[in-house]
Amino acid sequence: MFRSNLKKVTLLVAVCLFFSACNAGNDQGTAVQTSAQASPKEAPTLTVMTHDSFSISEQVMNAFTEASGIEVRFLKSGDTGTAVNKAVLAKDKPLADVFYGVDNTFLSRALEEGIFETYKSPLLTDIPDHFELDPQNGALPVDFGDVCLNFDKAYFAENNLPPPQNLEDLLQPQYKGLLVVENPATSSPGLAFLLATIGHFGESGYLDYWQGLVENNLLVVNDWEVAYNQEFSRAGGTRPIVVSYGSSPPFEVIFSETPIDEPPTEAVVSDGACFRQIEFVGILNGTQNRDLAEEWIDFMLSPTFQEDIPLQMFVFPVNKNTKLDETFEEYLAVPENPAFVNPEDISSKRETWIRDWTEVVLR
Amino acid sequence: MRSIIRNFRIQGSYRQAIAYAVLWSAPLIFLSIFYFYPLGSIIKTSFERADAGFASSFFEALRSESVREILWFTIWQAALSTLLTLAIGLPGAYLLARYEFRGKTLLRALSGVAFVLPTLVVAAAFYALLGPQGWINLVAMRIFGLSAAPIHLTNTIYAILLAHIFYNTTIVLRMVGDFWSHIDPHLNQAARTLGANRLESFRKITLPLIGPAIISAALLIFIFSFTSFGVILILGGPRFATLEVEIYFQTISLFNLPLAAALSLIQLGCTLAMTIIYTRLSNRLTRPLKLQASRISQKRLTTWKSRIFAGVIIFILLTLLVAPLLALLTRSFVRLEPGRGQRVTESPGLTLDFYRELSINRRSSLFYVPPTTAIGISLGYAFTTVILALAIGLPAAWALARHSDRSLNKFLDPVLMLPLGTSAVTLGLGFIIALNRPPLDLRASPILVPIAHTLVAFPFVVRSLTPSLRSIQPRLRHAAAMLGASPAYVFQRVDLPLIGRALLVAAIFAFTISLGEFGATALISRPEYPTIPLMIYRFISQPGSINYGQALALSSILMLVTAAGLVAIERFRIADVGEF
Repeated sequence: MFRSNLKKVTLLVAVCLFFSACNAGNDQGTAVQTSAQASPKEAPTLTVMTHDSFSISEQVMNAFTEASGIEVRFLKSGDTGTAVNKAVLAKDKPLADVFYGVDNTFLSRALEEGIFETYKSPLLTDIPDHFELDPQNGALPVDFGDVCLNFDKAYFAENNLPPPQNLEDLLQPQYKGLLVVENPATSSPGLAFLLATIGHFGESGYLDYWQGLVENNLLVVNDWEVAYNQEFSRAGGTRPIVVSYGSSPPFEVIFSETPIDEPPTEAVVSDGACFRQIEFVGILNGTQNRDLAEEWIDFMLSPTFQEDIPLQMFVFPVNKNTKLDETFEEYLAVPENPAFVNPEDISSKRETWIRDWTEVVLR
Repeated sequence: MRSIIRNFRIQGSYRQAIAYAVLWSAPLIFLSIFYFYPLGSIIKTSFERADAGFASSFFEALRSESVREILWFTIWQAALSTLLTLAIGLPGAYLLARYEFRGKTLLRALSGVAFVLPTLVVAAAFYALLGPQGWINLVAMRIFGLSAAPIHLTNTIYAILLAHIFYNTTIVLRMVGDFWSHIDPHLNQAARTLGANRLESFRKITLPLIGPAIISAALLIFIFSFTSFGVILILGGPRFATLEVEIYFQTISLFNLPLAAALSLIQLGCTLAMTIIYTRLSNRLTRPLKLQASRISQKRLTTWKSRIFAGVIIFILLTLLVAPLLALLTRSFVRLEPGRGQRVTESPGLTLDFYRELSINRRSSLFYVPPTTAIGISLGYAFTTVILALAIGLPAAWALARHSDRSLNKFLDPVLMLPLGTSAVTLGLGFIIALNRPPLDLRASPILVPIAHTLVAFPFVVRSLTPSLRSIQPRLRHAAAMLGASPAYVFQRVDLPLIGRALLVAAIFAFTISLGEFGATALISRPEYPTIPLMIYRFISQPGSINYGQALALSSILMLVTAAGLVAIERFRIADVGEF
């Protein structure tokens, strides 16, 4: 009896050791091997720290590795805010050579803490000036995404209701009980939408606007996932208007289960109705691989990488020489004049704005 | 003669002291490196960032009206969650302990599946069942001819309580159920013969005997609910916040590290206080027992009364714990489009598309991982966690139980629970600051993942083992030793068979905790080796119905892997009590 148990124990231990050995083996193979030719000993390695939404296609990665001979290792570090915090806390002994993914709502924190080295990439000439929010060129713009209201086209057609055209429309009685938004304290699109109302109505007017939304029976949830996948009428919920991204409609076409000809949703992109999130890349202060880092950043700003961005990360390239996939040409609505709020103001007033918003909307 | 005896005693106690030190060394070294050092570092760094010093941010937190409100809410919802979970779980534990019936292993395994599911997925299941357009509301609207949904669950305290019950009932079933099954039923029969009624016999005999297991389970449930994060955020909505939620907000959104550190310390203080109360109670309640083989204590469901009782209990458990799982499983096979919402109620088509899509790298992403690989990675982490957690948990539980008279134990016992009461964000950032020098530059190493899982699993292992270890009659060991058995042999033949079940329970907790852990894993995992929960999260946070469907499909796979793993561990009896 006992012997057979002993056998089982030995077997279990062997299995576990095997799995741990696999893990240990994985540890040594952490560098992403993208090219068979590149020998791991000779190829210089660059470490890039990103948020967890970062993605790149195999072909584009291979193109870089083959052309430069550099091997790139990626460190994903949680959501945007968490990744920025990690980079700040590790600034005396940086975890990586390059950091990608800080957006304009966290930009000031990164710049004030001085985590970036200045780098004036030659490719900045191909990027429109309004994307460049850091005059010192520590943080270089890579991509942008607009946070806008989305509506369920079927709902408005069925109910013979005109869809909302702008933010002010949402105060009308016919839209009572139709809107779901995310909490700016916990959600990145939620904060972006709050910033859109601050940019559009001004610091003196945005709280009155929100008061009006509350009176029109607004629903607040904490996460985009709950708003978009549960409460939004298209997902089976009861709210036909949701705060999401300007890019959500074309992605509904691309990632539809069954092929469809036109998106079931549409974004409201009137002047001041959207807030633009811009994401930046920078060389981390204290890197030993400055040359490699510059090469990688130039690559990120070049059309090869920029064209890969939309399908991998659901955001859009800033380089004006980039050609977009035709689905986007057809269905992507880009706001001409998104609302604007200064990154320094976002950093210094974020707490006050969120507190005041909470006071008006949630109490 | 006398001096010989004294000499022997001194030598004996000397040897015991060494044994005691050896037992504690592994757990304490592990905790010092991977818990106290990182935690200390982040708290120190945080307070250094405060302009007015450590004390000011601490008092600022204590003085703040909103922090006091949050603290109060955190405490009462945790207490209520614990009571409700016990109320649901104890009858179930009784059923599992005292009766033998078909499907018992499966029921036990299914109750553990809930434990591993990411909150976002559980939220999806709750919405599918109880949301404004959920099945229950739709049925109610049809039956009573209502125009609006009668049940409003989401964004209420009820959703929070229900989710805590859903997640934690398995703790009661396992910890109390398994302990209970070894209590001699003849004691109750004797009491009944002597004229006690059922209630009296339960109150005076059973309750004191299973008390240690109940309070162990209650402590774990309380701390789990006390530090609840995902459930509060996603199901509770924006009007509810626990300390853990506030710590996350202060750290990530506002980067107010001093305040976050102060809140972390308050949370730790509460955990410590609860654990000290627990230790006091536990010492008063615990006594050596005559543990019985479950074979002896269990009977079949022969009478109608017992069948009805079992039926009711099983129905409640299935409704609460299994229905949400089934809702998820079903949805992963149902075409979500065009009737993705139940607004179009025409018979939705069945599909395997979501499962098929999982093994296609449609976007040829560099970070694509096929589902089989993700299962392998998750299982690899889980097995490593089981080994690590048992390797440090067993000696710690042993030292607590066998050397209970040592004063150091009184101090160490509550300390062991602290990892469970620590905010994942705080500790994750602590790793970044502390483990940054060779030989401990582990900041980017995949081994951090099972280490973090072990920190969470370790208190569970200790709490599962101590009630059994403490209840072993010392004279059994003495008898074995008198007969010439070496300490190792005594352990093998006396302790191991008696704590076999408890060891299994401990392993199961470590296994499921590792499979389901999300918060800490998201902070430290490497993109090449994502766990299944991380991949589910990746899918669910992308627009497009095919991505949502894949998240549901992957959740179903996670449920199946967990259930299979639990059944396998249950079958794998190291040394059942029934076998001695």
